[in-house]
Amino acid sequence: MSGHSQQETGFIRAALGHPAFLAGLLLTALFVAAALVSFVWTPFDPEKMQIAAKLKGPSTEHWFGTDHFGRDVFSMLMVGARVSIAVAFVAVGIGIGFGVPLGLYAAANRNSLIDEIVMRGNDLIFAFPSLLLAILITAVFGPGAINAIIAIGIFNIPVFARLSRGAALSLWTREFILAARVAGKGAARISVEHILPNLMNLLIVQGTIQFSLAVLAEAGLAYVGLGAQPPTPSWGRMLAEAQTFISLAPHMALFPGLAIVLTVLGLNLLGDGLRDLHDPRIRRSRG
Amino acid sequence: MTLYLLRRLLALMLTLIAASIVVFLVTEIIPGDPASFMMGINADPQAVAALRSELGLDQPLVTRYLAWVIGMVQGDFGLSYTYKVPVSELVGDRILISLPLTLYALLLSTLIAFPAGVVAAARRNTAADFAVIGATQLGVAIPNFWFAMLLVLAFAVNLQWFSAGGFPGWDAGFLEAMKALTLPAIALALPQASILARVMRSSLLDTLDEDFVRTARAKGLTRSQTLWRHALRNALIPVLTIVGLQFSFLLAGGIIIENVFYLPGLGRLVFQAITQRDLIVVRSVIILLVFAVVAVTFLVDIAYAVADPRLRRRAR
Repeated sequence: MSGHSQQETGFIRAALGHPAFLAGLLLTALFVAAALVSFVWTPFDPEKMQIAAKLKGPSTEHWFGTDHFGRDVFSMLMVGARVSIAVAFVAVGIGIGFGVPLGLYAAANRNSLIDEIVMRGNDLIFAFPSLLLAILITAVFGPGAINAIIAIGIFNIPVFARLSRGAALSLWTREFILAARVAGKGAARISVEHILPNLMNLLIVQGTIQFSLAVLAEAGLAYVGLGAQPPTPSWGRMLAEAQTFISLAPHMALFPGLAIVLTVLGLNLLGDGLRDLHDPRIRRSRG
Repeated sequence: MTLYLLRRLLALMLTLIAASIVVFLVTEIIPGDPASFMMGINADPQAVAALRSELGLDQPLVTRYLAWVIGMVQGDFGLSYTYKVPVSELVGDRILISLPLTLYALLLSTLIAFPAGVVAAARRNTAADFAVIGATQLGVAIPNFWFAMLLVLAFAVNLQWFSAGGFPGWDAGFLEAMKALTLPAIALALPQASILARVMRSSLLDTLDEDFVRTARAKGLTRSQTLWRHALRNALIPVLTIVGLQFSFLLAGGIIIENVFYLPGLGRLVFQAITQRDLIVVRSVIILLVFAVVAVTFLVDIAYAVADPRLRRRAR
């Protein structure tokens, strides 16, 4: 028990000495906080139109200016963060929920028919340019946040299936797994009780990276009109609307874009940082 | 090597067959009947039925799938429902924009990424290295369509060096046409260049850690001689894979960028076809893109095996 808490203090100390990780954590926290606060407070009603105050630049009243309907850009960004988080969270959840069991199963039954089917299925999904399949899916089922989630989620399945299969395969050769087998545990039980806990760090790191990719993908789909539908504010659609007014009101394009960049940057730094911190070799070479 | 080639070729065929079934089935469930869509809301049901049988839509699923695939193998992609011209003709026109755009972006990405990656690796932990790392972090975080908008704002609206969109056609002259593709290509290339520069850097760093590099240094070569003569060639192998992958990203990524710049390429064609329920066009364009991706991956695998004999031996 004390060994465990010692490990934790070591982690926190290493984390405090890792500026990129801290910057990532801060940016991510800011993004999550904006989404959470938007449930109870936004400076203005993000859906309220005030044509008289349209296309106004940043001011003390409207921090990030107003759009072509006079809506407050800052408030829309706060609410838009919710959509980004929700879509990315569920999409990555789908990837982990389906991908990890598939990967673990394939690793436990190496070279079996199931293993082959899982891996070839993965290859098939990888062969589709991800954006293309997302567009196809949203075209079939209609645009909207739910279908964007499904489209992005499908792409996360092979990512996690491959990752967990690869890592699980190397774990299966380890002695503690052999010990578990000698103790009479079945493949399924070993996968859940011994393999999965050892994959956690890897999954958290990859999950963070996939989360940032999902935020980007959601923005792209929303930009072409296949994401969350009006009046729900979404960052991608805000950019699409801003395009018409780019010379008249560049702030409309500037702030949603910055929001996406900072969020994705934050998540990437967080993911890279977590990888560094979990990898003792890198931690040592940094120190 | 022959066995390796055959196995890869078989995998390629299987992937294409599976992909064609998936694309066919998915486009089958797109809501809306193309025939009634083409005839309009007030169309006579009998006329709609006649058109359905003319288009072959009343045939069973398997027959239609086979007809589609066999047609494609023979170069006949069918007739577009809305444009009433052969799909191959439509695609042929559009690919003359999408493909040059993709290659232009790939060239830019490589031209930016190689020097950046090499400099960062050669001067590890210096200001130059950190600048490259920082720039690539930012580069992968920027959505390409937003970057495209910023480019339009800076170079089309403010400086007026380029037009904000549209394509004059290759008839307008090579330079004019390339000029219209320049901003889109830059927007497409930036995130890919960031990824490529990172791969280049880490691959080169890994190679520089290897024993044969130490040997080269021990026999008296300078750091830069070792880098150029020994490390770089070996480091290029993983980079080559990523360049191959990027081709598909760029080709598909073009779909969004074409919309930003109103370029009449494959991407715009797919979007228009989806809204017009022009299934045959959607299907054919998507399967062509998948084919391009799979084919490029295949070529990269082959190039890989040629460059690295160890792979061939393993496959034997």
